[in-house]
Amino acid sequence: MKLIKGLPAAAGLAIGPVFQIKAQPVRVDESPALDPAGEWGRLLAALEVARMQLGDIAAKVREEVGSNEAGVFEAQSLMLADPDLLASIREKIENQRENAIAALTESAGGYVRALESLGDAYFRERAADVADVVQRVTSILRGERMDPAYGLAAPSIVVGDDLTPSQTVMLDKSLVLALCTARGGMLSHTAILARSLGLPAVVGCGATILECKPGTNLALDGGTGEVWIDPDAEIVAGLEAKRRLADEKRRIVHSLRHEPSVTRDGKGVEVLANIGNVEDARVAMDAGAEGVGLLRTEFLYLGTERPPAEEDQVAAYRAIIDVFRGLPVVLRTLDIGGDKGLPYLDLAPEANPFLGVRGIRLCLARPDIFRPQLRAALRVAENGNLRIMFPMVATLGEVRTARRVLQQCAAELRSEGHSIAAGINVGIMIETPAAAMIADQLAGEVDFFSIGTNDLSQYALAADRTNPATGELASAFQPSVLRLIARVVEAAHSRGKRVAVCGELGGEPLAIPILIGLGVDELSMNAPAIPSAKQILRSLELADMREAAVRALEAESPDDVQALVRQRFPTIA
Amino acid sequence: MTVRESRLGSSGTTQERDVPQVTLTVTHEAGLHARPASLFVEMCNRFRSDITVASAGRSVNGKSILGVLTLGVHKGGAITVSAEGDDAEEALEHLQRLVECNFEVTA
Repeated sequence: MKLIKGLPAAAGLAIGPVFQIKAQPVRVDESPALDPAGEWGRLLAALEVARMQLGDIAAKVREEVGSNEAGVFEAQSLMLADPDLLASIREKIENQRENAIAALTESAGGYVRALESLGDAYFRERAADVADVVQRVTSILRGERMDPAYGLAAPSIVVGDDLTPSQTVMLDKSLVLALCTARGGMLSHTAILARSLGLPAVVGCGATILECKPGTNLALDGGTGEVWIDPDAEIVAGLEAKRRLADEKRRIVHSLRHEPSVTRDGKGVEVLANIGNVEDARVAMDAGAEGVGLLRTEFLYLGTERPPAEEDQVAAYRAIIDVFRGLPVVLRTLDIGGDKGLPYLDLAPEANPFLGVRGIRLCLARPDIFRPQLRAALRVAENGNLRIMFPMVATLGEVRTARRVLQQCAAELRSEGHSIAAGINVGIMIETPAAAMIADQLAGEVDFFSIGTNDLSQYALAADRTNPATGELASAFQPSVLRLIARVVEAAHSRGKRVAVCGELGGEPLAIPILIGLGVDELSMNAPAIPSAKQILRSLELADMREAAVRALEAESPDDVQALVRQRFPTIA
Repeated sequence: MTVRESRLGSSGTTQERDVPQVTLTVTHEAGLHARPASLFVEMCNRFRSDITVASAGRSVNGKSILGVLTLGVHKGGAITVSAEGDDAEEALEHLQRLVECNFEVTA
């Protein structure tokens, strides 16, 4: 038995025989092209075939994994249409009489070296993408097959020097138990794809792994990066026990995702989803969301030449509400500012758009944009449990004006013959320290609050989250931010109103006990975080969370808060 | 939340002719690679003008994905985009919007 330590690229355990992928040596035939025009035509035809293959792969990955992961294949397609690359290849073929493969390999090689020299893991991965796509075109020109695991007949652990993303997607998942490579990094697309496909993977094991004879027994732990060659019975038994435990845990979290989350001492907490379109809605529903805590409506406004028509909005909102069949959906009105530069808004340039006309300020300044959205929302509200929420509120006057416009729209619609549901819930985002400070007054005007912790912490700390120099400062774990949240919850509850958290903090495992301990009633988060957030809630007691929250308010830094949670609730993360 | 400085105008200090250009800060998490790079290049390809992107003293063809990637622009990095042609101003406006909206476009 021999133990090798690689990089834990994708969690999961596997035991099985080795299947070695034989790397195809790239030999470049330097024989000159006898017919440059024909050679150029041959290359163009191969590029066309490659683009079609990449289109198919991208579609398959988008379907099975997600559009983010499909992006690498779309980018490869774009590389094959690169005008500079094509000009360079053409020059080599026509003027230097090189053959298509040599011209392509040389022209692309310059870019591969340039990307590798950037000395950054992300850009090095792009170098691998270029090399991969060159390999694809070369194989097409030679008439070779691309399937890396050709000949794989029984379930095996696939071992290779390094696997390209396109090789990874082509593997037959019913026969591949795990991936194990000599090279590669944690950030490689292969690692990301393996994680998304649920395939255990250890990368960067070193060349030793390539010396394993086909059929050698291998045991692999993708969570620790350990790989055992010829594992003894004890290791195998230990891994199998660990796998049963992990499977069981995952099965429980997954199978309980549609169950309500109630703490051990009986406090129910609603777990909702943040979504931005109907596709997100379906994903969120399947992940166990109990409704939508934040429907971002910007998707209707971005990337278009004119604002969306009322009818188009009605159709878009209705499609989303239909997915949730009666569960609450909180629609946030357009939350956008001058920085997004929507041409049809024609906004005056601002020195500081994040302190400028955005959110509810923009809505109120532009009734031509605001009213169609409110009308669409009101029309859809009778079909389901739709709630309306205004973003970026700073004053009482803003809320009153917005509600007045909403009433006018409702009256208008009724006079046009629409039946408009009475008593639609209206709420506001608490994102400015100003709103947090007058939460008691605001609670008198609305039905609910939803705390946007990302903006609240940025505005409270006067620190930009996306600026690497100040990003840490803007942590929502800052005791100052937690105190604002505590204040908002207290003000709302004293007037019988509910409080949700829909910022990133809401889906952060370490924040869950603090937020619930502070009295937050609902958490809204991105879909993937929902099943485990529910499980965390089920594993805790409200009394413990309250006690931890009190201590968190007295903590001296975000690190202190997180340490406190880790120590008090060791089962979380 | 970011505060960006951008400038749409002419720079005549080093060029003989006035070429419209704009300097932008890439605030996307991924820098100018992956999806942002693809979107940027696809946007350049919609225009007839020749588009040049410069960063840290190197300049490349905006319509070349490989060229743009080799600039190695990280999050927070600045790029100067210039365009020459009959739709140059329009191209720069669209590119500026793309970068400033953090590449959040709906296709």
